[in-house]
Amino acid sequence: MDEDLPISVQAKLKSDTGEEIGSTLDLPLNINKDQLQLICNALLQEEDKPFLFFVKDVEITNTLKDALDVKILNSEEVLEIIYQQQAVFRVRPVTRCTSSIPGHAEAVISTSFSPSGKKLASGSGDTTVRFWDLHTQSPHHVCKGHTNWVLCINWAPDGQKLASACKQGRIMLWDPNTGNQIGKTMIGHKQWITAMAWEPYHINPECRKLASSSKDGDVRIWDTVTGLTILSLTGHSKAVTSVKWGGSGLIYTSSQDRIIKVWRAEDGILCRNLEGHAHWVNTLALSTDYVLRTGPFHPVTDQHTAKNTDKNVLQQNALQRYEDVCRHGPERLVSGSDDFTLFLWLPEKEKRPLARMTGHQQLINDVKFSPDTRILASASFDKSVKLWEAATGKFITTLRGHVQAVYMVAWSADSRLLLSSSADSTLKVWSMKTKKLELDLPGHADEVYAVDWSPDGAYVASGGKDKVLKLWQH
Amino acid sequence: MPQNEYIERHQKLYGRRLDYEERKRKKEAREPHKRAEKARKLRGIKAKIFNKERRNEKIQMKKKIKAHEEKNVKQNTEKVSEGALPVYLLDRDVQSRAKVLSNMIKQKRKEKAGKWDVPIPKVRAQADAEVFKVLKSGKSKRKAWKRMVTKVTYVGENFTRKPPKFERFIRPMALRFKKAHVTHPELKATFCLPIIGVKKNPSSQMFTSLGVITKGTVIEVNISELGLVTQAGKVVWGKYAQVTNNPENDGCINAVLLV
Repeated sequence: MDEDLPISVQAKLKSDTGEEIGSTLDLPLNINKDQLQLICNALLQEEDKPFLFFVKDVEITNTLKDALDVKILNSEEVLEIIYQQQAVFRVRPVTRCTSSIPGHAEAVISTSFSPSGKKLASGSGDTTVRFWDLHTQSPHHVCKGHTNWVLCINWAPDGQKLASACKQGRIMLWDPNTGNQIGKTMIGHKQWITAMAWEPYHINPECRKLASSSKDGDVRIWDTVTGLTILSLTGHSKAVTSVKWGGSGLIYTSSQDRIIKVWRAEDGILCRNLEGHAHWVNTLALSTDYVLRTGPFHPVTDQHTAKNTDKNVLQQNALQRYEDVCRHGPERLVSGSDDFTLFLWLPEKEKRPLARMTGHQQLINDVKFSPDTRILASASFDKSVKLWEAATGKFITTLRGHVQAVYMVAWSADSRLLLSSSADSTLKVWSMKTKKLELDLPGHADEVYAVDWSPDGAYVASGGKDKVLKLWQH
Repeated sequence: MPQNEYIERHQKLYGRRLDYEERKRKKEAREPHKRAEKARKLRGIKAKIFNKERRNEKIQMKKKIKAHEEKNVKQNTEKVSEGALPVYLLDRDVQSRAKVLSNMIKQKRKEKAGKWDVPIPKVRAQADAEVFKVLKSGKSKRKAWKRMVTKVTYVGENFTRKPPKFERFIRPMALRFKKAHVTHPELKATFCLPIIGVKKNPSSQMFTSLGVITKGTVIEVNISELGLVTQAGKVVWGKYAQVTNNPENDGCINAVLLV
């Protein structure tokens, strides 16, 4: 043992947003994470809330001594220990395939859980949309109507409608309870539709407007009740690859012409161009994606609270949840591109990027914010998933394990687990605690194209080229 | 001969007979019957000409009807093509890739039995005399226990020769091969792949252990660059292939992958 090592340090606890709690503490160096947690809970007057602790950007995984470089430690200095609160609930990692349901006659290219996590839908190359019963894990409804591959499906934030779009450029709405079509088919796009986004619940609880982006370079905003185009946002000179409807009433679109455009949703006026990428922009993600998707209720913590049906109350609820997420600043946007980089933007305020994230060696296919908006995960064709700090864009780590291109990533609701799907026919679950592979989920016979983790964390649905839909559970 | 359109003029002046329309309709209605009767009655060359004409007419008619029918049907503009792709792969040239090759269990079972469903089920047995050439050795060249392999061989990376005194089989350097042209039967594509080993030479067990490659031999090739994966998501790297040519004659090894 070194004689001259200090036994204790002066330390101060600080939240990740910069609020200090308590006064300066005299902490022994061998204090461990659990003890820190007890102190933190006592100071905050909370009970049994899980925290993560960081010292100088290093996470304390075991004891304080391990995370510190003791040699250069200045014992006079007051050490800042930054704590981050984690989700109170835990999502158990999916470990097994509980059912693989055949039914689709062609590759399954999109799967999506409803905002409450109680319903599941999938779209396939056999031109049908199918609803699946999660309790019996069997087919529920088959919706025929499209004339070509169903490329994307999107649940309305109230969970009462599902929009599906096909390669022919048509959008249809389906009722998940009966499996019938709602309203008219929306025709207008000249080429296939690449992405869709519903108007957030806290702006309009009626869930009436839908934005869709197409290969022909247009973005259209539809009134789903009348089935007519309200606005057509033209301006991109090449195919639009992704569309997101932000919580502050802005629409973000990314395109193969290398530009990300920000539009005002109500009148369709172009607010700003975000330029920086050197090649196609493939994907967009918002820090508020999870909260916008789930709308008024948190699917886990609000599971048992009495369901209010008054739309105004629900809207207030949704707004409250959105503001909670945006408390530390406006929503952030991240874009992944064919030039192997990611950009982090503050699209509501600036046209300059917050950070440029480099490191991938192949194009980036998918990027997602964790539900607690702290970590970014990007999936790339270079067979790796990379993690980044969502606030600054700092590189955290690379998750390697796939042997072929990674197509999609999905987060668990508690942000402690990450799931990735790949062309090598497997799904992999990664633990955010250890930043390592938690579980390998083989089972698909071919490439896995679509994966979704239900917002309440209970199920994972995946579909791929082998035409079966697989459900995974703990 | 009439010098101008006097009939038309008359019609204009006095009109037609009152029963003109009816007579016309009846005449038209009677027309097919008349033609049928004519077809029945005609004989010889006239019948032949008439029938040919009639047949052509009927064909034209049928074609016309079909064309009209097609015009009425709302046609489906785009056929739904096979091999659906997600949005993010639509703009990328994804080369068609064969399915994940048959699962490993099946292969293991086959391996145990030492039997494969091979493209060339029957091959001519290679006699020892054909494969081995007797080499004379000894000071006065009267010993004849050395053999030289006259066929193509595969010799592993870590092979070291025995001292020449004890070396019974000589595998000439010129006939040693490291690569084979392997055709994937589903992809219909050929790749030049490194050989890992000789799995079975059907002629004799000894040939197998010597690494002799003749037509029909099952060899193991390294297919990792094809990017095939197992069900468990691991890269398949060793796969069997059967030799389809006579390598000693052609100077190259052609093989078909066993799927």
